[in-house]
Amino acid sequence: MRDSASVSELQANPVVRVSSARRISTLLYARAKLRLALLLAAPVFWLGLVYIAALLAMFVTALYSVDSFTGDIRPGFNLDNIASLFTDPLYVNVTMRTLGVALLVTVVDVLIALPIAFFMAKVASPRLQRILVIAVLMPLWASYLVKAYAWRSVLSNTGLAQWLLQPLGLSTPGYGIPAVVITLGYLWLPYVILPIYAGLERVPNSLLEASSDLGAKTWATLRLVVFPMLVPAVIAGSIFSFSLSLGDYITVNIVGGPNQMLGNLVYTNIGTANNLPMAATVALVPVVIMFGYLAAVRRTGALDNL
Amino acid sequence: MRLSRGARVTLGSVAGVILAVIYLPLLVVLINSFNSSMNMTWPLPGLTTNWWARALEADGLVSAITTSFEVAAASTAISLVLGTLLSLALSRYRFFGRQTVSLLVVLPIALPGIVTGIALNNAFRTMLGLQLTMFTVVIAHVTFCIVTVYNNAFARLSRMNRNLEEASADLGAGLWTTFRLVTFPQLRSALFAGGLLAFGLSFDEIIVTTFTAGGDTVTLPIWILNNMFRPGQAPVVNVVAVVLVVFSALPIYFAQRLTSTDQRR
Repeated sequence: MRDSASVSELQANPVVRVSSARRISTLLYARAKLRLALLLAAPVFWLGLVYIAALLAMFVTALYSVDSFTGDIRPGFNLDNIASLFTDPLYVNVTMRTLGVALLVTVVDVLIALPIAFFMAKVASPRLQRILVIAVLMPLWASYLVKAYAWRSVLSNTGLAQWLLQPLGLSTPGYGIPAVVITLGYLWLPYVILPIYAGLERVPNSLLEASSDLGAKTWATLRLVVFPMLVPAVIAGSIFSFSLSLGDYITVNIVGGPNQMLGNLVYTNIGTANNLPMAATVALVPVVIMFGYLAAVRRTGALDNL
Repeated sequence: MRLSRGARVTLGSVAGVILAVIYLPLLVVLINSFNSSMNMTWPLPGLTTNWWARALEADGLVSAITTSFEVAAASTAISLVLGTLLSLALSRYRFFGRQTVSLLVVLPIALPGIVTGIALNNAFRTMLGLQLTMFTVVIAHVTFCIVTVYNNAFARLSRMNRNLEEASADLGAGLWTTFRLVTFPQLRSALFAGGLLAFGLSFDEIIVTTFTAGGDTVTLPIWILNNMFRPGQAPVVNVVAVVLVVFSALPIYFAQRLTSTDQRR
């Protein structure tokens, strides 16, 4: 408690020598702007110089090319990479496949999340509600790889899915795009349930009662009262599942069989192909799609629900 | 809107089935760690504790766990400092560009991890000419760990009673003393919760890590990924997975206890 001691010294004897720490403190107290600048300097330096600068550098690198003989990167303005995104069938197909998977995962997740979120928010008792929230949150803490890997063993030809489905005359989907959709949908489900649950919590029960008092049947109330109020929450949830699916490449490696998604192309271009500019160009696709998506849904107020 | 009994029961059963599906894969991993078949055949041909014994001496496992702990600890420590500074600035001041700064914090988790990964890989290798090491992994992890600390600290600071800080200043305490003795004690549990999340995020991260780690930096997720497809190693990965899930229950327990004590206050 050296500081409090020096305070009492100050009070007892006004001419006591003022420590330099105290002088700095007094200086800062008088200057709010300087204080703000000192607080912001380190974190903005880190995020701006490391993250934003790296993002911008990536945009520039996308315009570079690679010398096919030496493998060196040649700086310079070159739109070939970006053109091949639109002309090379590989990139076009993979982009379409990735978009399709991301959309499908998002739709499946929203359809699964709606009933369970509705049950949690409007049917379950407060005690059960708390338990359910924890139960939904818990798997988020389990490792991503562990969960993807679990689906690999469930969906294998000798796995649990085959064992359960065989008596019904069905078989496991095996490794491929359906397995990717199942696994990604599983991985991101909690991220979709939670915003929708929070959105339903904000729909007042009195509104639902008013609707039924005015003669609306359950379905009419859901369609005309609940769903319109729920749109921002559903979009907030979809941002997670959509963005996370767009950039994923590890789940595809684990359960996707020979299929590739955009992430795989980035990975192979940076690794085996040693074509960093092309990797940067491919990485632009999810960025452009996400910014487009965010801009499209900004009006709905979904971003405040994140 | 009054739901019929039938509708309630149906909704309840649907919710139950969804929850069962959520937990099923985790259960399968646990059971498979005792599966005597190396290919994890179902139904189990027999039980064995062989994989658990093998996991104890698995090649590079201990060093991978150590590396992950070091990376997560360093990233959490730096994120705690930067996140606290940022939350103080954004909760206590109104300034030009405030919206931009708050968007800047969220961006690393709003964009897919692969974008962060390749952007930093490009910046480190091509722009700065750096070797990829554990150090570059920490730099990368901090960019997306800041937001968890920031969110927790910002929420707490917004609810805090500013009169206490002013009283402290009126009584002659300097800025640092006020922070140390008045602000920080109120912020502590929020920082702990945010730090815990940051640690978990960093410990489990794989996508950004593969792009920013050099060949000799093997974190636990990278070790799992490397061993998953090696013949005979897959069941050992199950064991590691079970241990990970059990250990991840600890932070949930602590986080829950913290939030409940906060609510009581």
